Amino acid sequence: MDAIKFVENDLSPVNKFPSFKSGDTVVVHYKIKEGSKERIQQFQGTVLQRKNSGANETFTVRKMSGNIGVERIFPIASPFIDKIDVVKHGRVKRARIYYLRDLTGKSARIKERRRTTEE
Amino acid sequence: MPGLIGKKLGMTSVFSAEGKNIPCTIIEAGPCVVTQVKKVDTDGYEAVQIAFGEKKEKHTPKAMQGHFKKAGVEPKRKLVEFDGFEGKNLGDTIGADIFEEGEWVDVVGTSKGKGFQGVVRRHGFGGVGESTHGQHNRLRAPGSIGACSTPARVFKGMRMAGRMGGDRVKVQNLEVIKVYSDKNLLVIKGSIPGAKGSYVLIEK
Repeated sequence: MDAIKFVENDLSPVNKFPSFKSGDTVVVHYKIKEGSKERIQQFQGTVLQRKNSGANETFTVRKMSGNIGVERIFPIASPFIDKIDVVKHGRVKRARIYYLRDLTGKSARIKERRRTTEE
Repeated sequence: MPGLIGKKLGMTSVFSAEGKNIPCTIIEAGPCVVTQVKKVDTDGYEAVQIAFGEKKEKHTPKAMQGHFKKAGVEPKRKLVEFDGFEGKNLGDTIGADIFEEGEWVDVVGTSKGKGFQGVVRRHGFGGVGESTHGQHNRLRAPGSIGACSTPARVFKGMRMAGRMGGDRVKVQNLEVIKVYSDKNLLVIKGSIPGAKGSYVLIEK
């Protein structure tokens, strides 16, 4: 197990991002290659879950595009992620807030966490 | 061809320089020790016997204890012969540095045992019939296994249900992504047969 962690740390080091968890609102700055040009796209939404660990960790971000829900899964070790900004810390009672998918409008609001926990 | 004995440690995935997510297997390859050098004069062919894996002396037969003592090493679990090594002497250690990054290797392992399986899972049969239209209990059946009074027997090698897995399987042409010669670790692209902790052979 240690050998696997060693290889993961060596070959795909996880970028340093501010700590966030499910319920938080984040902006993911994602690099997109178009031919030879590279530009940065922003994806803002609520974090539904963080899954797996180490180099295989992913997180799901959900946003409402008009009235259509859009979810995107990012590997946290992806070299295409430029940076992640945490806009708001949300107070939720679950690690995976799938119930948010069934809620729209006012009921889909998440209360803000006042005292942010440790960074 | 030269090769090594190794132990499958597990799988992970890494991002390549182009940003592709590559599944890869980590193998603890070596250090293997040379326990016997076979020569044309004495054995009729050239080969090097290498050993890998810890084993307690009390679990080693006396004859094997003598064999390991001759090479001056602790008892080992796996012994395999390879040809293609040159200039190796008794008791030499061979590490993962015989492989290079970007090289193509073959990996031999013992596949995971699946137990007694039917023909659908074991041989990829389609099953017989449908699940509706009044049919029952034929969905995963093998169907006919041959004709009647000619030949009046079932041909040898007819694919039927039985024990699946636990076979020697070789996967060819896997790319070596990374070699850690100090830790004797190999990172290989793709999957290899066997469970975590099982012994594998890595051939050049």
